[in-house]
Amino acid sequence: MEKKLGVFVCWCGSNIAGSVDVDKAVEEAKKLDGVVHAENYMYMCSDPGQQLVKDTISEKGLDGVVVACCSPRMHENTFRKAAGAVGLNSYLLEIANIREQCSWVHQNNKPLATAKAVSIIEGTLDKVKENLPLETITIDLTKRVCVVGGGIAGIMSALDLANAGYDVAIIEREPAIGGHMSQISQTFPYFHNVPELLKKKIDEVNAHPQIKVYVNSEVDVLDGYVGNFNVTIRTRPAFVNPAKCTACGKCLEVCPVKVDDEFNRGLSQRGAIFRYNQTEAAKIPVLEQGSCLHFADSESEDDNKCQACVDACPENAIDLGSIRTLNEEFVGAIVMATGYDLYSPVNMPEYGAGKIPDVIDALAFERLLDPQGPTQGRVVRPSDGAIPKKVVFIQCVGSRDPERHKAYCSRACCMYTAKQARLYRQQVEEGTAYISYMDIRSDSRDFEEFVQKGMEEENLVYIRGRTAKVIEEDGYLRVFTSDTLTSRQMVIEADLVVLAMAMEPKAGIRELAKKMNVTIDGDAFLSETHIKLYPVESSTKGVYLAGCGQSPKDITDTVSQALATAGKIQTMFSNETLIADPLIAEVKNDVCSGCGICIEICPYGARLMNEFTRISDVNQAVCQGCGACIAACPNKACELINSTSRQFLRTIGDFAGRSEAV
Amino acid sequence: MGETYSYYPGCTSHSTAIEYIEASKAVIEALGIELKELPDWCCCGAASAHNLSSSLALGLSAFNVAEAQKVGADLVIPCAGCYGNLAQADYEMRNNEAERQRLEKEFDFTYDKKIKMLSLVDLLAHEELRPAIRDLVKKPLKGLKVVCYYGCAIVRPGAVTKVDDTENPLRIDSLMTDLGAEVIDWSCKVDCCGGDLGLTDAEKTTELVNKIVDYAVAAEADCLVTSCALCQANVDIRQQRLPILYFSELMAEAFQVGDRQRWWKKHFNNPANLF
Repeated sequence: MEKKLGVFVCWCGSNIAGSVDVDKAVEEAKKLDGVVHAENYMYMCSDPGQQLVKDTISEKGLDGVVVACCSPRMHENTFRKAAGAVGLNSYLLEIANIREQCSWVHQNNKPLATAKAVSIIEGTLDKVKENLPLETITIDLTKRVCVVGGGIAGIMSALDLANAGYDVAIIEREPAIGGHMSQISQTFPYFHNVPELLKKKIDEVNAHPQIKVYVNSEVDVLDGYVGNFNVTIRTRPAFVNPAKCTACGKCLEVCPVKVDDEFNRGLSQRGAIFRYNQTEAAKIPVLEQGSCLHFADSESEDDNKCQACVDACPENAIDLGSIRTLNEEFVGAIVMATGYDLYSPVNMPEYGAGKIPDVIDALAFERLLDPQGPTQGRVVRPSDGAIPKKVVFIQCVGSRDPERHKAYCSRACCMYTAKQARLYRQQVEEGTAYISYMDIRSDSRDFEEFVQKGMEEENLVYIRGRTAKVIEEDGYLRVFTSDTLTSRQMVIEADLVVLAMAMEPKAGIRELAKKMNVTIDGDAFLSETHIKLYPVESSTKGVYLAGCGQSPKDITDTVSQALATAGKIQTMFSNETLIADPLIAEVKNDVCSGCGICIEICPYGARLMNEFTRISDVNQAVCQGCGACIAACPNKACELINSTSRQFLRTIGDFAGRSEAV
Repeated sequence: MGETYSYYPGCTSHSTAIEYIEASKAVIEALGIELKELPDWCCCGAASAHNLSSSLALGLSAFNVAEAQKVGADLVIPCAGCYGNLAQADYEMRNNEAERQRLEKEFDFTYDKKIKMLSLVDLLAHEELRPAIRDLVKKPLKGLKVVCYYGCAIVRPGAVTKVDDTENPLRIDSLMTDLGAEVIDWSCKVDCCGGDLGLTDAEKTTELVNKIVDYAVAAEADCLVTSCALCQANVDIRQQRLPILYFSELMAEAFQVGDRQRWWKKHFNNPANLF
């Protein structure tokens, strides 16, 4: 039976009526096949305008509606809701865009604009004629969350979610949570004591009944989709049984291995069995398989291999036969809080390529400032333990250098350098701190004041210019730089040089991003959906982004973003099920040959081969209705519901003025 | 090898850098590479042209690029300054549509992107040539301590020169190692020798040269190795502490080819007793 169609033409004030003759459009629309009602109104989206649509649908018993107005992005939802309110299936209402695509672009030719508007209305009517009434799709929702990364971003996101009543699993690659923040001594701009701040949060996490922490762990496999993810977690063997270990430290003393301690940025050494850091959370030692002699020695019999730690342990807590474990977590949402690494000084031959012991990176300097660090918080030269009288801090090392390194600004360095220089000056009163900078970016609350105070009251010497090179000579570091404000070249004889290295995404992020189906940018930072409006949503529904894995940022911004992910997920979890738009792909089972091209082409992983029928199914929860599979299908076995090829061809036919051709 | 390249001599090849060109040609011949001199090459514009007008500077160099295109083989340019100018012009034509059109019109040719601009270092310190070079070494430069000095024109800007590393280039270093010399790591590889200030500001140039030589001497080098005629002249003329050699002269010495005794005499600091 033919549908009874209604057409509502909006003036949009003069936006449309100024260049489209709306009376003529109505007159023409009335002549079209199936149209039982057509009228225009000044603002169709206003309350009286919507009421007009509703009343007409009821009075005339319309079963198809076209509203000719602005872009569907503006008011499709408004009018579909209105139609739904009076009992018309909302998918039987369509928008004909006669503003952005017609009146605005043909302002000087009213007859032409009017003819085009009528043609757009006609094409849309033809689509509506074949539209099916649809219901939204419901998807099950597992109200649990997996947080990848246990730095401050992961911690804050997890705590908010757990406090809202949801179970959270944190996956942390290192032996303890805390991330880079646990390497830092104090924060800018208020000199907060980080170990104290962080300990509170770590304790909260560890004591929370709804948070489970997997340390030494990584994501092995991710399956599923929004609301229903299945995360397989791979945990490295711990070797030390935390139930038995009393943290006596005897094993640490006997281990014959000596390697650089990564947590202390090479400023101290550790054994193959070691404490990851000095926090309470890391008091149980961990054994690193890569440097352990027991595992390096593959030749000898088991009895002859090194097991000094096992022998030394009074509690029998160490088992070198431990194996890795796999666990699964079923969750509805995922937070990617994967963090950053500092770009390695090895990349900077002009600054000694990491070979000069007294040229260190900024995190190493943080370790020097930490009272629990390798020097008990004293700033000393790594080479000889002397107190440095002149320290040069170099900013933008590897950042803002598109030709050789990273094009982007690492954002936190201006501020942490000012903080480090001020802390140094507070500790070494007679010392001089030089800061070699390009620009000072202090654009947040109390940041500028913080830098100014350093310059004016603590005599930090800011020198604008890029440092050319640093060499080691006669026990000094000679820093060749220039002061571009006075156009002079200068050489500073320094005792210590601190490089504010660029932040880069964590090692291994490319593989992980692929596993998580999350897109990355050219620098391998995880990409958000929209920088302004969807800043913490990744390209995959249900996977959210927080912290430096998304882009370099300071702790304040990282925490804000982390809390935003928690808020987003709670909004999602406020429903019992997820609702998805039914405008997705469907498969004609009798046409599909099971070639699998659509599976390759689908950017969302929504197409799967049904093992029994050998037909490619559509996962309704995952499909975004993008149409890629429809274009790719050689048999035309897929169609986009309510945007079928037939509908499109008819619409195109209308535009071309030869609808009879279809 | 049997490879053929087009060849742009530049003015120093007939004047201050005769020994560089003779040594380079001797080495190139030993390697079986053939050079075809551009039939109608002209001045690259040196430093004067680009101080006056960028369209003049690009024009002069682009003319030579067009000449090389006629020959149809990658262009070898021994002088670092000429190389810098020609490579810049080639870069502009490759990447700047408007400039390319202007220059094509000017010289009535069609730029085809096929010809590469090569410095002598690009040619002779090429990774693929290393086995052949090692085979040709008759008298390894054993015990000779060298510092390699790259200067600016064959290094910067990196986008134009495509050098391995603008801060720490290594190709001459690797080449010297292949010749058997002991390469000392030092910190003035890409520092400025004064360049054209050598003609106008002797005091400043001497200051810059002294700094370079100070560091080379402190590194206990026997000689400094360069690939630029201007660097060589600036550093050689202004001090009596260190011989300044072209990298191809050391190749010739190791290969035992060419009239080396004649070349040594052309140096202000005669390197003869190093060998």
